[in-house]
Amino acid sequence: MQIEKKSEVKAEISTASMPDIVFMLLIFFMVVTTFKQFDGLPVRIPDAESTQKIEAGKRDIAYIWVDKANRRMLDDQFVAIEDLSPLVYSKRTANPKLVIALKADQNAHMKSITDVQQELRKAYALRVNYSTRTK
Amino acid sequence: MLKNKRKPESEIPTSSMADIAFLLLVFFLVTTTIDQDKGVPLTLPEISEEPPQKLEKDRVLDILIANSGKIMINEQVLSQRNQLRSEVRNSLEELGRDQDGKYKKIVSIKTQAQTMYDDYIYVLDQVKMAGATKISIAEPEE
Repeated sequence: MQIEKKSEVKAEISTASMPDIVFMLLIFFMVVTTFKQFDGLPVRIPDAESTQKIEAGKRDIAYIWVDKANRRMLDDQFVAIEDLSPLVYSKRTANPKLVIALKADQNAHMKSITDVQQELRKAYALRVNYSTRTK
Repeated sequence: MLKNKRKPESEIPTSSMADIAFLLLVFFLVTTTIDQDKGVPLTLPEISEEPPQKLEKDRVLDILIANSGKIMINEQVLSQRNQLRSEVRNSLEELGRDQDGKYKKIVSIKTQAQTMYDDYIYVLDQVKMAGATKISIAEPEE
């Protein structure tokens, strides 16, 4: 009598749900990604021991660059000191959670920094973060 | 007899879907930067109409950073920069803490027009590391 052959055990991993997994990851990365829009001015930011992460999302941060030649940039454009507060004010009205990240050069003079701070106070943008590197 | 005409296939091939999705995935993986902005936070004071209230001298610790980078605490020049943190800590301890566990003393940091930003951040950093939470930024002297 002939014994029936055992059917071979299938040992394949099911790949049918692969596209679903990939799409899920894809959507995650699409949502999380914010494109870097600008490089700003070339500055060398100072070191500090008390450096901590900014408690705000990337979309709530406005960047101000100040270099040692006392040039200022707000996000992606050069600004004169007197234009700073209206621009920041409109940003702040659009987003009340606004945090200003001040990326100033180590060798910048305090005159330029305090000028910027005075303008920020006029615009009621009081949450400032001095960008530093961890020491 | 005529053969039945084969029905034209009308399906969109989906086998390459996974490949396309992978390609997009890799693109977003590469372009995503997870790096976080880091820095030293500070809240600026509001501009008020009324003149600033005068605080008693012993409630405030005055720090002045001169153009040369020299640091003065309560009008006394600090001979060595690395003493700053312990000096500030000692001064904060004098007045003790309030019920929230924060030091009562206010640290006021004043700069001059030609002071380097680096010196200012150094002082601010040391003051923060000493545990001060009430930090005020005075307007610079001309």
